[in-house]
Amino acid sequence: MGMTMSQKILAYHAGLPEVKAGQLIDAELDMVLANDITAPVAVKEFEKANFSCVHCPARVSLVMDHFTPNKDIKAAEQVKTVRNFANKHGLENFFDVGRMGIEHALLPEQGLVGAGDLVIGADSHTCTYGALGAFSTGVGSTDMAAGMMSGKCWFKVPSAIKFVLKNKPAQYICGKDVILHIIGLIGVDGALYKSMEFTGDGVQYLSIDDRFTICNMAIEAGAKNGIFPVDDVTREYLKDRFKREVRVFEADPDAEYERVIEVDMSKLQPTVSFPHLPENTRTPDQWGDVKIDQVVIGSCTNGHISDLRIAADILRGKKVAKGVRCIVIPATNTIWKQAMHEGLFDVFIDAGAVVSTPTCGPCLGGHMGILAAGERAVATTNRNFVGRMGHVDSEVYLASPYVAAASAIAGKIATPDQVK
Amino acid sequence: MTVKGTVFKYGNDVDTDVIIPARYLNTTSETELASHCMEDIDKNFVKEVKKGDIMVAEDNFGCGSSREHAPIAIKASGISLVIANSFARIFYRNAINIGLPILECPEAVKNIQKGDVVSCDLAKGEIVNETTGKTFKAEPFPAFIQNIIDAGGLIASIKAKQAK
Repeated sequence: MGMTMSQKILAYHAGLPEVKAGQLIDAELDMVLANDITAPVAVKEFEKANFSCVHCPARVSLVMDHFTPNKDIKAAEQVKTVRNFANKHGLENFFDVGRMGIEHALLPEQGLVGAGDLVIGADSHTCTYGALGAFSTGVGSTDMAAGMMSGKCWFKVPSAIKFVLKNKPAQYICGKDVILHIIGLIGVDGALYKSMEFTGDGVQYLSIDDRFTICNMAIEAGAKNGIFPVDDVTREYLKDRFKREVRVFEADPDAEYERVIEVDMSKLQPTVSFPHLPENTRTPDQWGDVKIDQVVIGSCTNGHISDLRIAADILRGKKVAKGVRCIVIPATNTIWKQAMHEGLFDVFIDAGAVVSTPTCGPCLGGHMGILAAGERAVATTNRNFVGRMGHVDSEVYLASPYVAAASAIAGKIATPDQVK
Repeated sequence: MTVKGTVFKYGNDVDTDVIIPARYLNTTSETELASHCMEDIDKNFVKEVKKGDIMVAEDNFGCGSSREHAPIAIKASGISLVIANSFARIFYRNAINIGLPILECPEAVKNIQKGDVVSCDLAKGEIVNETTGKTFKAEPFPAFIQNIIDAGGLIASIKAKQAK
């Protein structure tokens, strides 16, 4: 029996000719990641264990992105703990304010992760790098500490679901709609412990940013990882950027999949996840009249340059509805600068939106856009759990940048067609 | 080791944002995290929980964020065991890594209610609902994972291997 793409990457890093679903393996890591929330716990474990040194400093990335620029004294103390650790161990890939961006946009952009890599990160959205043909998965702080020390991690080899993406996405449909549609279809535990492997003729129509968005939310279906095949789009992105060798793995023709699900992207409609689970997806005919107080356009899911361009195209020459706060958060400084040079900030400011420094901020109810009781936000972020963006009685509606920008103009959940 | 306590019961898809909301993640203090455990879905949990008590939930417990603060908060609140139909995978790893006992046992979940007194022989995976007298057997862990549990967590198991 053949192996899936994910299994092949795991086998390679475990030094084994083949692996099977369910097998427990130890494998060599190419990158280990943590942020300003998870790294302090990892540092505590690392030091409590008296580990003397980091196995490979170049393969550790510490990104201070969640509560930064530090939102309060405690957050500042946490970043200080991590900064001291990075200095002590000579970790070059320590990203503080000025160098930092949202981790899952920053690491690919800086060429720190790429095709064929095996990556763990103490952040659940580490699965994002599957867009580049890497096996990449979220873990906790203790796994991360052990990974820093040993350069290895244990894995249970996952089985997989194959998603065959067909045709060109319809107008106003992007990666976000694809993944929300899929999560609505299979549920928040529909891919529990499994790989989500994306294939099909439709892949060629998905930009690298669309693929990042899709893999980013694999965790919202419970998956261990999401992954795309390596093609010209991937190679073009990695060229002049990725610092290590590109290793291309392909699923065997006879690889075993637990399920095969076809998604015709030409038939998708703008999709929104209603509170309080990403699986509560609805299409425009089911939206009703949902008045909103805030719009957030950003996050590791949709803070890429293409997302900002989409939002600007919808907002150009329009105004954010009275009573709505529209917060735009470019994911990294490079994206920020690019958006500035392209004149996107003029569009946002003229429309009555605000542009923030890169941060995870409001996505997890950290800072820079917290909701009061009874308030509703449309957000391009990835989770709409109870209390996720603020008060326990607030609500988050997950959407694409098309729908988020249109909703900002309409003052309620809306499609781009409704605000033309 | 045998644990025994009163049950707190929850439903499907209990996510790590409700186990410990992100607004409290500016600390790694175990007692401080424990003081906010479950507050967004059960304000009474922190007031009522006693050392040794047991948490029971349905599918996909611990979904969402990778924050290890979630099992840390549960453990520091005094909970001695979490029984669920299934666990989200990062939570599953984290619980084992930090030494919070967890068991998958849908039969037990179906037959245990809030407030029941439950005991469990963790090594054997034998769960007894002392209130109703019913007994259940949890799925055993693979040997590889049982070794981590027996060593007292991931770091301890690595150190034990290094010492050999």
